[in-house]
Amino acid sequence: MERIRIQTDGRALADMQAAEQRLRALFLGGLAGDAQAYHAFLKDLGAHVRAFLRRRLQALPDEIEDLVQDTLLAVHNQRHTYRADQPLTAWVHAIARYKLIDLLRSRGGREALHVPLDDDLEVFARSDTEAADARRDLTRLLAQLPDNQRLPIVHTKLDGLSVAEAARASGLSESAVKVGVHRGLKALAALLRGAT
Amino acid sequence: MKTDDLITMLATGVAPVAPGLPARRLGAGLFLGALGALLLLLLGYGVRPGLAQATGDPMLWVKFGFPAALAATGALLVLRLSHPGMRLGPLGLGLLLPVLAMLALAGAVLLDAAAPERTELLLGGTWKSCSASIALLSSPVFVALLWVLKGLAPTRLRQAGASAGLLAGAVGTFVYAFHCPEMAAPFLAAWYGLGMLLPALLGALLGPRLLRW
Repeated sequence: MERIRIQTDGRALADMQAAEQRLRALFLGGLAGDAQAYHAFLKDLGAHVRAFLRRRLQALPDEIEDLVQDTLLAVHNQRHTYRADQPLTAWVHAIARYKLIDLLRSRGGREALHVPLDDDLEVFARSDTEAADARRDLTRLLAQLPDNQRLPIVHTKLDGLSVAEAARASGLSESAVKVGVHRGLKALAALLRGAT
Repeated sequence: MKTDDLITMLATGVAPVAPGLPARRLGAGLFLGALGALLLLLLGYGVRPGLAQATGDPMLWVKFGFPAALAATGALLVLRLSHPGMRLGPLGLGLLLPVLAMLALAGAVLLDAAAPERTELLLGGTWKSCSASIALLSSPVFVALLWVLKGLAPTRLRQAGASAGLLAGAVGTFVYAFHCPEMAAPFLAAWYGLGMLLPALLGALLGPRLLRW
């Protein structure tokens, strides 16, 4: 269940700042290619994003897990736009908020106009590790990608092969594998958008 | 796929990311766009005669400086707006100051001139084609900047589109200034201003539709 923290004392703020520091260190590790740190970052971030969205999507509880996945994929695909001199909370908050507004807008509701401009730190204020089931199935969407994108993703990201091994297994060049992963994950994000 | 599986998928074999990628992408886009504008200028317009002799005229520096200042601000705006959560800071001043300075200079020139000369100062000989030519020369830059933004992460799509349009307009204006024979401040304020405003408006209009991610 949602771990509710009382905002009135200084502890909440200290917790959020601790989360910022911890997550930022893990994320910077991930940007440098440390898969373990990146995994821990995404896991922790997912819980924060879930709690953030749960409070703001009370009217659409079925959408929450889909949007958590959407946001995580967006964070991953756009991770080169994070600047190390910027608070991570500001970056994550802007992305989560953008994805929330985009969802509300695509549903044609007027709620998008009323998403509050809360403090950036809010996004790390709470954490919720209870994932519901997503409605959309990413595995099915992945199957819709063309081979030159799908195979690199399946080999390197699901079967855990190295780029060289994936190149041999798929008959693509190593750079085609890298490009295929990159483009494929972006295409997956676009499919996710279309499926909402 | 459960969220945990997605996370594992994203983290597995994650590739390191080189810092400074967005700025390099903007640089590449601007270079290609400006090259396109320059080609259009050389093929369709040509450089005006006597440009080299005019370098002593301070108005020539105003003519290039006005779009150059707005292009510099536009580039910073595009870069910041394509990074989620970056604040714009005092960049609004970077827009306001060149525009106000240009308008002040234009106003002073108009006030100083005798009444019958004012129309000529404002309309010059090319007012009909000036803004449309700028819009045409801006178009390759505009397309290149859309490509730049598609690879980054603008979260305020209308502002990002408007900034891209302004930057494209400013680069187009700078390039057009090599052809344009006009040197009067009122003309430059009005028609160069309009030439940059139109792509900015177009960008604001198209941004929310074209830049979603």
